[in-house]
Amino acid sequence: MITWQKLARLTLEHLTLSLSAVLLAIAVAVPAGILLSRSRRLADPVITVVGLFQTLPAIALLAFMIPLMGIGTKPALTALFLYALLPILSNTCKGLLGVDPSVKEAARGMGMTPLQMLLTVELPLAFRVIMSGIRTSTVLIIGWATLGAYVGAGGLGEPIVSGYAMVSPKLILAGGVPVTLMALLADFLLGRLERKVTPRGLQV
Amino acid sequence: MVRFENVSKVYPDGTKAVQELNLHIARGEFVCLIGPSGCGKTTALKMINRLHEATSGKIYVDGRDISMVNPVELRRNIGYVIQQVGLFPHLTIAQNIELVPRLLGWDKARRDRRVNELLEMVGLDPAVYRDRYPRELSGGQQQRVGVLRALAAEPDLILMDEPFGALDPITRETLQDELKRLQAKLKKTVVFVTHDMDEALKLADRIVVMKEGRVHQVASPEELLRNPKDEFVEQFVGRHRMVAPADSLTVGEIMIQDPVSARPEYGLAEAVATMRKRRVNSVLVVDEGGKLLGLVTARAIERGMARHRTLGEIMETRLTTVQPHQPVTHAVQRMLLERLEFLPVVDEQGRLQGLVTNTSLVGTLSGLEEAEQTGGATA
Repeated sequence: MITWQKLARLTLEHLTLSLSAVLLAIAVAVPAGILLSRSRRLADPVITVVGLFQTLPAIALLAFMIPLMGIGTKPALTALFLYALLPILSNTCKGLLGVDPSVKEAARGMGMTPLQMLLTVELPLAFRVIMSGIRTSTVLIIGWATLGAYVGAGGLGEPIVSGYAMVSPKLILAGGVPVTLMALLADFLLGRLERKVTPRGLQV
Repeated sequence: MVRFENVSKVYPDGTKAVQELNLHIARGEFVCLIGPSGCGKTTALKMINRLHEATSGKIYVDGRDISMVNPVELRRNIGYVIQQVGLFPHLTIAQNIELVPRLLGWDKARRDRRVNELLEMVGLDPAVYRDRYPRELSGGQQQRVGVLRALAAEPDLILMDEPFGALDPITRETLQDELKRLQAKLKKTVVFVTHDMDEALKLADRIVVMKEGRVHQVASPEELLRNPKDEFVEQFVGRHRMVAPADSLTVGEIMIQDPVSARPEYGLAEAVATMRKRRVNSVLVVDEGGKLLGLVTARAIERGMARHRTLGEIMETRLTTVQPHQPVTHAVQRMLLERLEFLPVVDEQGRLQGLVTNTSLVGTLSGLEEAEQTGGATA
């Protein structure tokens, strides 16, 4: 059977794996989304290509990772990172492109540099959309991180995988329930954060 | 202040937006660029702050060739107001207004002072409005803030791109009056794009009529009404506005016969609705016998809305009036001398007969002139 201690360790592993993947994805996708938003012509094809990763079955992507990176945390993290990219990238891009053109024209006409415009006008106005991309990614990744167990990355997928092999519903639930709770909690907390950091002028 | 020398703007696809533009705008002058859509007026305006780049020719602002000036620095010294207002929705009114001063590095105390001073200038109480957000303001109030934002860093030059085009007629007129008052006080150089001839005639010192990317006629409002260059300008000015001799006419012949009137107990909100519907910006207050008691303007209602309920409470009772049999020249004189916008017409018993306004005056006169000319031709 599984001990509470072990469950706690697996939960922590799961959390670390998911959060690392999301944070990495933010670090890459937000700046990339900003760059893409500068050119509408470039934005569409790039988002389509990144979207392709999304369509690959997660298990297949993980299987591809093994010959490339062996087993362990690394292939799992890479696969999850690729999955997390799209919602953040496309939302960053969409959010920025969606900023009212007249607001941008006013900002430019008042003598803001492109960087000032980005930091003080465009990003704050796009923030909500970007945040919702991050939220989607996070919830998605917490769920998919269970597959990490197949490549030896640990996490709450482990009891699920063994429970599946041993036909032990208890074991499956021991992994499944915490994952679900974690995803729900992440969704709730990020939703709160999103509202909290939305400027009052934009709240409805 | 602004000088265009042979300025052209050709788009990569070969469209010529502006061709060989030569224009000198003096310091303190209020110039309206007017013309049908696609005539290049907005392009011309946006070349001044380099939102559009000229493809040939030179533009000087304050003696400096602007192609040699960093666009960011150039724009910070030029006020800019657009039709869609473009206030930053995530910033408060105060933060919106103080944006350029902040970019220019003014300290907080100075920015605060400036914001209060500006808000007071257009009758928005700083205590109430400083910390509001744009979406909490009406369209007219938002554009007031848009204008203040352009004035904030005390630029000598202000560019306005159809700033009042999206407002309803009453609000538009109120803001035009306000802008005129501000301009008289601040003496800024203003370049103002519009397609509304009434607006241009009301505001401009000089009107630049553009057509197909070229300057077609440059003239003062008076000159434009008297001597339109050709059919095109004539049509654009509108025949009905052209000037006619006024000596032989009486007030009764030219007054608006059926001005909007109401009883003193009429509510302010109702009055606003009626004025909107009839597209006027004043209402005459009469008693049950038709005797004129006073006059209420849209602006007075806007000011008094919070504290008062009926027209009777806020009406202006000290009115100059004329009688129908008096000559029009008398009415014109009164309006000019006392700077009146409205001149009610009453009979000997003080009963309301009609109304003369400064715009109706010009309009009605020209119609008569036309009739006279046709009459003369057949005789």
